Amino acid sequence: MGLESFLAVGAIIFCIGLYGALTKRNAITVLMCIELMFTAVNITAVTLSRYVVPAGLAENPASVSDDVLQTLLTGQVFTIFIITVAAAEVALGLAIVMAVFKNRESVFVTDATEMKH
Amino acid sequence: MISEIAVWLVFFLPLASFVAIAFVIRPFLNGYAVTAGYVSILAIATSLALSVWALGTVAHEHTSVEFAPHRWLTIGTLEISLGVTLDSLTAVMLLVVTSVSLMVQVYSTGYMKGDPGYARYYAYLSLFTASMLGLVLASSLVQLFVFWELVGLCSYLLIGFWYHKPSAAAAAKKAFIVTRIGDFGLLLALLYLFFNQDKFPAGLNALNISDINDAALGVLGSNVVTWIAVGIFAGAVGKSAQFPLHTWLPDAMEGPTPVSALIHAATMVAAGVFLVARFFPLFEASTTAMNAVAVIGGVTAIFAATMGLVQHDIKRVLAYSTVSQLGYMMLALGVGAYGAAIFHLFTHAFFKALLFLGSGSVSHAAGGTFDMRYMGGLRKVMPWTYVTFLVGSLSLAGLFPLAGFWSKDEILAHAWGAEGAVSQVVFWLALVSVFLTAFYMFRALFMTFEGDFKGGAAKDPKADAHGHHGEMHPHESPWPMVAPLVLLGLAAAAVGFIANPITDLGVVPIHWLTTFLSEGAAHETVEFNVGVATISSAIALAGIVLAYTIYGVRRPAISPEAMGRWFRPVHTLFYRKYYFDELYEGVLVRGVFYRGVAQALDWADKSIVDGVVRMVDRLGRNTGRAMGQLQNGQLQGYGLAISVGVLLIFGVYLLFR
Repeated sequence: MGLESFLAVGAIIFCIGLYGALTKRNAITVLMCIELMFTAVNITAVTLSRYVVPAGLAENPASVSDDVLQTLLTGQVFTIFIITVAAAEVALGLAIVMAVFKNRESVFVTDATEMKH
Repeated sequence: MISEIAVWLVFFLPLASFVAIAFVIRPFLNGYAVTAGYVSILAIATSLALSVWALGTVAHEHTSVEFAPHRWLTIGTLEISLGVTLDSLTAVMLLVVTSVSLMVQVYSTGYMKGDPGYARYYAYLSLFTASMLGLVLASSLVQLFVFWELVGLCSYLLIGFWYHKPSAAAAAKKAFIVTRIGDFGLLLALLYLFFNQDKFPAGLNALNISDINDAALGVLGSNVVTWIAVGIFAGAVGKSAQFPLHTWLPDAMEGPTPVSALIHAATMVAAGVFLVARFFPLFEASTTAMNAVAVIGGVTAIFAATMGLVQHDIKRVLAYSTVSQLGYMMLALGVGAYGAAIFHLFTHAFFKALLFLGSGSVSHAAGGTFDMRYMGGLRKVMPWTYVTFLVGSLSLAGLFPLAGFWSKDEILAHAWGAEGAVSQVVFWLALVSVFLTAFYMFRALFMTFEGDFKGGAAKDPKADAHGHHGEMHPHESPWPMVAPLVLLGLAAAAVGFIANPITDLGVVPIHWLTTFLSEGAAHETVEFNVGVATISSAIALAGIVLAYTIYGVRRPAISPEAMGRWFRPVHTLFYRKYYFDELYEGVLVRGVFYRGVAQALDWADKSIVDGVVRMVDRLGRNTGRAMGQLQNGQLQGYGLAISVGVLLIFGVYLLFR
């Protein structure tokens, strides 16, 4: 199990999420797919954070500068942020879906076309 | 000796009067519009005094007075200057313009009394006179052209003075446009000189009139001289209403009558003859141009006279007479009789101004109509007008010893004595016109003044009888109108013999005016030709007698109606002015220009110009519509587009990294 496997999993999940977000009519499904894309990004971020900098550190500790060492956990911290923000965003998104549903009894994104030219 | 400032003042005084009237009296003091007349008369009277001084100086010095021109514009190597020329031609013209203009302005105080546009009228008159004086004084062709166009503008303004009358507005436009056709020729000549200044030797300015005349002999090629002369002559043809651009002058009757007097005698139409006279050395250098001038002049003289035979409107008769007399002057210039032409211009100015002012006086008495069929019998009620009109008619007919006799005879003698077939032909043309002139003038005189009064404006269906209805009571005109008539009558009687006597008078030497005009050039004066004079007088008398037998007696042996019946086709041809108006309006304007040029241009405008505009519009609209289709409000569509776009950019980046 190496770097490539993790990145491949992230890419596959991202693509599934993107596909779903672009093709599903149900707004809740779309939201779920966006969550999938977040997850993929999180996986990629944590993977890169875990592999890229520490790998260089293990091979030649002197080649890694202090600035880089300070970013050792950047990917993980980023991921925590994304999970938090995504939770808030889902809450907001579901609230919008509820509001739209109350308005026109539909959760289909194709029915919300007010912004058409 | 006269100072340059005094010469400039001759032009600037009427101009100042125009400025004062147009920008002070008319906007602020229009309640006192009558002062406009006094300001204008004062200015022109002072100009007249200065003109007399100028003439005296030139006559005394026996040479033209030279003033160094002032620099106006420098374009590259070309310098356009402003200056005054004061030679014998200018001096005589100044006298003619200022004196006739003064008479007209005095007369107008009576004729235009109470007109709501009184101040405007005097402003135009002053500007008109100022432009003509500027034209006469101009030393450079550019300067001359400016005043030339100003004269045209003023004639437009004055012919259309009563602009609320559609016929006046139309006549003004016609005068402006028809003369513009001729002006185009003058402009072409000017442009040729402007672009070919390098052909002139050093020291000669291509736009200075005297330099052009100097260069005409030898420096310029003969073809070039001919074309420049023809271009200048085209301008003169338009301004002087020569065939075939004569149609505007009879219509110019729509203006106030004193304006007609001014246009016909001194300012507008004299400008054309003056122009040819000004460039006389240039014309003399080209036989072709001279012959063209002579032939056009001769044809015009007889052609206009025939149309004058049958008109009912007294002013139209006079208008055709002017065209005909201008033809005489052109003819004289064409056969080389420079002095005689200007002499005739000089005498003609006085008797034609007199006749026009007289016709205005007649119309004043008859309540506003100019139609001679509704006049008659005015001799008893307006004796002053009658006598002066008679003097003017006799002078125009060319009877001994009135002014017209001497100048007309001078021209005929020159044409008779000149060499070449052309001058022989135009001599006979001129002789026939003498007969016609005498006939139509006395026809007008008898119809107007003899017989019984036939009702005046009240009977004329076309006249706008100024509130006159029922019986008309004709009366003599007030003294501001009669006084100029008398003065002009004296001039029309005496000026010919005094200015150009056939014997030495002591004070005035023999052939003074023609010698004076020809000074510095080798134009010979022709001796008084008794034979030609006798024949022309006899012919003129015959014309008068014929007019008397038809129009002068109560029960004529040949009634006018019978004449009209016998010569029906000819009469109609003359009365409809040889259908020239129909030709120009119907064929040229409507046919060629409207149906041909204008509609082709209209098509090009609509389909090509508008087509390109519409294509640009459609391109934008269709592009917009196509782009608008993409914006369908489907968020997922946008997402797809963004994803594909990112992939594309990334792919391109990878490819061309």
